Amino acid sequence: MKIELPELSLVALIGTSGSGKSTFAKTHFKPTEVLSSDYCRGLVSDDENDQGATDDAFDVLHYIAAKRLAAGRLTVIDATNVQAEAREPIVKLAREHDVLPVAIVLNLPEKLCHERNQDREDRQFGPHVTRQQSQQLRKSLRSLKREGFRYIAVLNSPEEVAAADVVRNPLWSNKRHETGPFDIIGDVHGCFDEAVALLRELGYDVQDDEAAPTATHPEGRRAFFVGDLVDRGPKSPAVLRLVMAMVRAGTALCVPGNHDIKLKRKLDGRDVRLTHGLAETMQQLEHESAEFIDEVKVFIDGLVSHYVLDNGNLVVAHAGMKGAFQGRSSTRVREFALYGESTGETDEYGLPVRYNWAADYRGRARVVYGHTPVPNPEWLNKTICIDTGCVFGGALTALRYPENELVSVPAAKMYYEPVKPLDGASTEAADRPYNDVLDIADVQGKRIVSTRIRGSVTVRAENAAAALEIMSRFATDPRWLIYLPPTMSPSDTRKDGPSLEHPEESFQYFRANGVPKVVCQEKHMGSRAVAVVCRNEAAAAKRFGIRGHGIGALYTRTGRPFFGDGALETSFLERLQAALTRADFWKRFESDWFCIDAELMPWSAKAQELLRSQYAPVGAAARASMTAALAALRLAESRSVEMNGLVDRYSARQRCVEQYTQAYRRYCWPVSSIDDLKFAPFHLLASEGRVHADRDHVWHMNTLAELCDGDGGILHKTAFKVVDLTNTGSQSEGVAWWEELTERGGEGMVVKPIEWLMRGKKGLVQPAVKCRGKEYLRIIYGPEYTLDEHIERLRARGLGPKRSLALREFALGLEALHRFVEKEPLYRVHECVFGVLALESEPVDPRL
Amino acid sequence: MLLTIGTTHRPATELGYLLAKHPDKCQTFSLAYGKAHVFYSEATEERCTAALLLDFDPVGLVRGRRWGQDSEGTLAHYVNDRPYAASSFLSVAIAQAFGSAMKGVSKERQELADTPLPFDVRLSAVPSRGGEQFLRGLFAPLGYEVEAKHITLDEAFPEWGEGNCFELRLRAVVRLADLLTHLYVLIPVLDNQKHYWVGDDEVDKLLEKGGDWLRAHPMREQITLRYLKHQRSLFRDALERLMAGDDPEPEAREVEKEQEEEALEHPISLNDQRLGSVVAVLREAGATRGLDLGCGEGKLVGALLKEQSIMKVVGVDVSMRSLERARDRLKLDRMPEMRRKKVDFFQSSLTYRDSRFADCDAACAIEVIEHVDVSRLGALERVLFEFAKPPTVVVTTPNVEYNVRFETLPAGRLRHRDHRFEWTRQEFQSWCDGIADRHGYHVRFLPIGTEDAEVGAPTQMAVFRR
Repeated sequence: MKIELPELSLVALIGTSGSGKSTFAKTHFKPTEVLSSDYCRGLVSDDENDQGATDDAFDVLHYIAAKRLAAGRLTVIDATNVQAEAREPIVKLAREHDVLPVAIVLNLPEKLCHERNQDREDRQFGPHVTRQQSQQLRKSLRSLKREGFRYIAVLNSPEEVAAADVVRNPLWSNKRHETGPFDIIGDVHGCFDEAVALLRELGYDVQDDEAAPTATHPEGRRAFFVGDLVDRGPKSPAVLRLVMAMVRAGTALCVPGNHDIKLKRKLDGRDVRLTHGLAETMQQLEHESAEFIDEVKVFIDGLVSHYVLDNGNLVVAHAGMKGAFQGRSSTRVREFALYGESTGETDEYGLPVRYNWAADYRGRARVVYGHTPVPNPEWLNKTICIDTGCVFGGALTALRYPENELVSVPAAKMYYEPVKPLDGASTEAADRPYNDVLDIADVQGKRIVSTRIRGSVTVRAENAAAALEIMSRFATDPRWLIYLPPTMSPSDTRKDGPSLEHPEESFQYFRANGVPKVVCQEKHMGSRAVAVVCRNEAAAAKRFGIRGHGIGALYTRTGRPFFGDGALETSFLERLQAALTRADFWKRFESDWFCIDAELMPWSAKAQELLRSQYAPVGAAARASMTAALAALRLAESRSVEMNGLVDRYSARQRCVEQYTQAYRRYCWPVSSIDDLKFAPFHLLASEGRVHADRDHVWHMNTLAELCDGDGGILHKTAFKVVDLTNTGSQSEGVAWWEELTERGGEGMVVKPIEWLMRGKKGLVQPAVKCRGKEYLRIIYGPEYTLDEHIERLRARGLGPKRSLALREFALGLEALHRFVEKEPLYRVHECVFGVLALESEPVDPRL
Repeated sequence: MLLTIGTTHRPATELGYLLAKHPDKCQTFSLAYGKAHVFYSEATEERCTAALLLDFDPVGLVRGRRWGQDSEGTLAHYVNDRPYAASSFLSVAIAQAFGSAMKGVSKERQELADTPLPFDVRLSAVPSRGGEQFLRGLFAPLGYEVEAKHITLDEAFPEWGEGNCFELRLRAVVRLADLLTHLYVLIPVLDNQKHYWVGDDEVDKLLEKGGDWLRAHPMREQITLRYLKHQRSLFRDALERLMAGDDPEPEAREVEKEQEEEALEHPISLNDQRLGSVVAVLREAGATRGLDLGCGEGKLVGALLKEQSIMKVVGVDVSMRSLERARDRLKLDRMPEMRRKKVDFFQSSLTYRDSRFADCDAACAIEVIEHVDVSRLGALERVLFEFAKPPTVVVTTPNVEYNVRFETLPAGRLRHRDHRFEWTRQEFQSWCDGIADRHGYHVRFLPIGTEDAEVGAPTQMAVFRR
């Protein structure tokens, strides 16, 4: 006997003790699919036959079953299940998870079961037990259907049991193997002419004879109608003919809309009110033959409420489909597909307020739907509504999949007066795009973010808590925050000599990791700044969803607006925008926006407070104390007291203190206007359609140099030098260059592999390593770090945590850019940027 | 850091006996964090000056510590004026080098040790956030003639101002033991950073040393308070590391900021009036589940807890520190079970949607919106009125027109340094009207505090009903 059941179902095995349920389960299902009550009894009581533990055992069993069903796993419940009370929670569980409940009954002779029990040492109970269970089972047979089981199989003999064959059928909604390409078409509502025009626009060969229309695509593309073919419009029968013909010919798919279902109910003779355009359809159908009407009824009846396609990457349903319902089947799933969910409230036009499931949608699949007319289709969390209200005088729109391009044709006229205006002037909140409000659940608690270059990155809960405060209180609008820069590790520590860092160690690190060539870039001592600049405000609105708040943003490594003063930011961004225009970057990159990574100088522009409250006071106190100490020491020495070398020692200390003051002063200059700033870009991070991490660093330097050339003012070219790590001469030149830079008072240099992404023996290689000069390090390690007694101890510094952090942040930063460029939902971009900020709060030696 | 103690007592070289240090020797002592040298820059019959020179080991101080403990996570710890300015370390050095002198004991010259002598003390660099006035306040009541000379921050950048560091000179006729004890106790009071005592009992010892003179000191409360150590949490350290570079002392700063605003508004007890008004509005609305967004230290939560009709009060803040303080203040862990069940706190943000917000019938945002950037108000509006949409929403914010009535507030300045804006009544009302219109609420406005005929009340309140 062939037992057919849906691939996702909750199976209740029903049979008396000794009927062979466990053996049957073992034969036909995977061990992990079977949940046995006996086993659960053992779990909670150490005794599989402890009847006193039954209630707890079933709690455990139902809990596990619920988790499995939520994850979309077929589940078998191996218990006697002979009483209706025992089966009731099973049906309930199945409904809660929108899967079909299935009953497989092993209806074997009582005597046989009793004998089997006698053979087992742990089942030495009398025949009355089996007898009672048998009676209950027979009574049950009649009521299973009423209890809600949708598939019921009864096996009446050991032979039938032995011959049974369990076959799992795909759900109606499962079309994962269908990968397209599709042209998904919004609500047609009887607008036959527009449907024909749209199909032609999409490249179909269309027969537009209203009596026998059809269409095929020369490249084999298929149309996909999201339902609501009928009502309100002028030619519902023609639209039905077209779609039915295409579906029959295999050139189209179709899901039902609420109007289609209502029409079918009317045609079935049910009591349906002729409102919302049904009257027009009925009138148009008056002239149609009875055969056609029957065909329509059969067609609509055969439509499946929603489809999961392309390996689970695409879902199509009339009114959308939330994640938990995708690929499930139940009445409420069908209702959701047809009507969506309502909050139970009504708006000012008396229409039900729809629950905005799309705002909460976090699923992997793209969901394409119609049902609610929108002025412009907009992606929101991977969902898009493509009903552009053709029948109300809007347009008929198609989404080309997998290209994700929208194609529209305007309506020839307004065929039907909408209850509320279509043009977006409505004040109803649900009409506005939802994609700019983030959800706390997307960032709070422990997070695991998957990145394309380095797998999963974990963010700990307390770091996320810290980041939430910074993000909420200080960060710029999250829609601008498409990138935060990673931290950077210094080169390995020099074993001896006057300082801690030297290019040789940087070169060695990269060569040891198989990197043949590096770029050395001058490291500017300023503050890290990320600039997002748009061509104009319209581009900011279109691409970033930001209206009336400027053409971009300039922010720090923690996402704060760089300038407290909005006017300064605006004029700065306008300068950058002008430079991009002069260098013709908009056209050259076919982009209306750019994201640029840079250093902004002077240091004192951003770090004024830090200098005043920390760096300068240290210098001031040090100079005062050293001067006083030396004076006192010299006086004592002049009295011929043996000073144990203290005078020399304090002279050396005083020199260090002077050098320290000189060191920080180099990076400070007064800023009275924007012209006093220097902006030194070094990464052209991204533009429309592209993250430029696939171009090497020489390209970045040269391209940005062109940008700087066009600007006489604030833009500042970064000096760089390519070093061949397989050539000692080239390396010596690199070292000499660094020496020259640092002797002039420069901070030092950054060494990067020519390519952004390099993999060495231990995986990803550091994207950059900094090599800082001796004098600069005084403001990091303290004024006197160069004294022998100090520097030797400072050499023992561990770089491991810093390097690991740098790679994780690098991976997250790039991931954010990729997701933004790929037009992923805001929350997907934000979780990466938020992750960088959270990781920045991890404890690492801040001097590195 | 150099401390010199000079005397003109004759013969001045007797100072060597009192300090138990020979005037013709240079001696070095080991301390927990470096060394101290003692020598005499002059030693004649007329004048004798002993010098205590701290030779601090900044590297040793931080080596072997784990990152993430206390404030070591920030660079402030490394580039630090500690080796050069007076701090609690000086006290440790005094106790070690001049231990018996501080006890008032002298083997050879006990009588002299018991006698007040003319002393001239100089400290090369003394940080004082309270400025010269604070230095005077500490030492003058003890009979010292105080001379404090500002040390310029950096002569290359005169625009950076003077800074908080002083060269300090103290002169008095005083017993040497008292002089040393005064320094020992009062120098750490000036030290704004964490104190480095050899052991925890050091604090008690210190207060014991203060003895009678401390009890009589007009600033005794401030002096003792400075010794209280703060408990720190993992979170706070993480936050501090994040703030590094932007704001050197976030915690201290924040408390300072709050105090500023409170001090400004205190005379009219505005805070009480605000809380009272919120309670009245919630009673009128028949609210049973209250949500305090931006609850801070939980004052409103505490007030609502006392309301019989309120079944549940939830305090929300983006700052974990505030939530910690709120839990402490309300003594949550010692609350009776029934009351404990009524209250809840969690971290969230007003610019992120939070499904937990929907579970209330009255949400309050008391003095919160002005801490949000204007460009983020759109997100706040939608989080609160579009997604959470409780039946009642109460919003208060300062009325900027009233600022002219605060005599101590400079013209054009906002009441709190973290305020991103302060609105006129017109601005606030048009913002609220827009929200009410967009989200189906009715709004009414209430003045909080005494209304001024010309500029209105100091605080404005909007009550939204759906």
